[in-house]
Amino acid sequence: MATVETRAVTKSFDGSNAVDAVDLLVKEGEFLVFLGPSGSGKTTLLRMIAGLEAPTSGDILIGDKVVTQMPPRARNIAMVFQSYALYPHMSVFKNIAFPLDAQGMHRDETRKKVEWAAGLFGIQRLLQRKPRQLSGGERQRVALARAVVREPVVFLLDEPLSNLDAKLRTSARDELQQFQRRLGTTTIYVTHDQVEAMGLGDRIAVLNNGRIHQLGTPQEVYDDPADIFVATFIGAPPMNLVESEGIVTGFRPEHFLPHEIYHGDQDVTRFPFKVTRVEYLGSDRLVYGILEQPFPAAHVISRLPSNVSVAVRKDEHHEFVVRNRDLRYFDRASGKRATPPSRTTPP
Amino acid sequence: MIAGADAARTRGLRRFIDNERWLGRLLLAPAVIYIVALVGFPFLLAIYYSLSDATVGSRTLHFVGLRNYGQIMDNPTFWESLRNAIVFTLVSQVLVVVLAKILALALNRNFRGKWLVRFLILLPWVAPISLGVIGWLWIFDPVYSIINWGLRAIGVFGPNTWPIWLGQPNLAMASVIMVDVWRLLPLATVIILAGLSSIPQDIHDAAAVDGVGFWRHLFRITIPLVMPIMLVALLFGVVFTFTDMIVIFVLTRGGPYDTTQVLASYAFFTGIQGGNLADGAAISLFLFPVLVGVAVLFLTMARRAEVT
Repeated sequence: MATVETRAVTKSFDGSNAVDAVDLLVKEGEFLVFLGPSGSGKTTLLRMIAGLEAPTSGDILIGDKVVTQMPPRARNIAMVFQSYALYPHMSVFKNIAFPLDAQGMHRDETRKKVEWAAGLFGIQRLLQRKPRQLSGGERQRVALARAVVREPVVFLLDEPLSNLDAKLRTSARDELQQFQRRLGTTTIYVTHDQVEAMGLGDRIAVLNNGRIHQLGTPQEVYDDPADIFVATFIGAPPMNLVESEGIVTGFRPEHFLPHEIYHGDQDVTRFPFKVTRVEYLGSDRLVYGILEQPFPAAHVISRLPSNVSVAVRKDEHHEFVVRNRDLRYFDRASGKRATPPSRTTPP
Repeated sequence: MIAGADAARTRGLRRFIDNERWLGRLLLAPAVIYIVALVGFPFLLAIYYSLSDATVGSRTLHFVGLRNYGQIMDNPTFWESLRNAIVFTLVSQVLVVVLAKILALALNRNFRGKWLVRFLILLPWVAPISLGVIGWLWIFDPVYSIINWGLRAIGVFGPNTWPIWLGQPNLAMASVIMVDVWRLLPLATVIILAGLSSIPQDIHDAAAVDGVGFWRHLFRITIPLVMPIMLVALLFGVVFTFTDMIVIFVLTRGGPYDTTQVLASYAFFTGIQGGNLADGAAISLFLFPVLVGVAVLFLTMARRAEVT
């Protein structure tokens, strides 16, 4: 168990920064998720923590010790790769035992450890097979067992679930979290899937263009996005943005509801809009539309849960409302959160 | 009228080309003709000759059964050639595989001027064999040998040291092995390099994180993973070396005292230059079962070692 810290870590490729002066402190035993679109630098940051890439500048600390110049093997970390990176010529047993062999562990003890790790993931009966004889889910378990067996102080997971089918992914997510809680090992998990990030992370670091835009709990990141990027990257459909006079007003589709829903005494902002399309998704309806005067003609989306029975049809004009406490304001120039304007109702 | 005939001919041609059965045969034909005319027919002819008393001078030949084979078995030069061929092949291929592996590992890294090194390493392979070997003939020349003069100039050879590279039995074998290694190294390197670059980077990263150092990484991960393709390189090398006589022919002609005589050169000297077609054919046929055995062995091993 250890903390992981990066101090102004930068990685440049051909003059541009893939990771740009990232400061980060991962707490002991924490499950931290790096979330970002592809090319955001999340995998590069993870590989630098692993020691597979050397930072251009800055320092990396594991357990309060500077490890920037150390090779991966000296850092006592374990990593699970997106491809699982199992050694194809070795049996499952040998794959899991490989990190122990590298330590020169005694044969009997190795066997005991491998069986313990295999037991954690229910793969004891696969020990004699070769990786090519395993299904995707089984391979993923072998990769996890190989990571666990050495009892490292930090786990680094690079999109370990992205090669599984949707159904398996849900159960694998559940297992992953359970075993991390049980072992209590500091874990850094890279993903571009916000559902995984929200579901797994104690905290989420939202990355884009090599910088951390926000670091917070899933609830903080969702409810109080630090800037426009986080607001639009997290949430599906993303936050609605309405721009006027240098201030961008944002509200989540599920907060944008017909005025009939709210009682008259609630503090709300009214948004007249014209419906352009309605999508029926079973549990929800998504209502697409364009705002009308006095607002600029912005495209907005409303998500109506199935228990909202108000009839909404294409080409109708409706008045939807958002509770004022659900409105978020951003400065258009910087994209950062801004204080709400003094007026509480539109002109 | 003429246009009509042309159109009809075009139509006929098109129908022929569109017919997959005939097109397939047509496209296969050059390869089949080549193999039948230049490999199959001479091979059968060699078997026939080896069972006869054919010579270069006579127009008639008689069936003599296995008499030629019996004579060869009694001939000490044949056994010497067989032994030489095996030594020549094994030693040169061991050297080639080890050196090619090292070269390929080096070339798999990124460094400045890599393209130039790659190009230089490939040169021996693209140069015509006989020309390259003639170059070596000068390098090994008893009077002008650049090796001897060079080593004397830097003081490694004293005034009384002057090896005759191609004239002393052990040195001659060492020399032909050296040239063969020089010639086959590029191909083996390129094949192994292809094998190396087919290993996903993730595997190397995983091994690095799992805590292995250079040697364990090399022997537990890299070599086992390129093994199937290394066996293919070795198979090529063994076949090329075992059947080759250009290096020997240009450098030593089997001498001194047959110490570099191999089966291929011995068959040539007996059958073509000595005029005894029947014995030459019988000698050369000894190559065949050996090579079939080698090919089956390697292909089986390669399949067993196959990993993905």
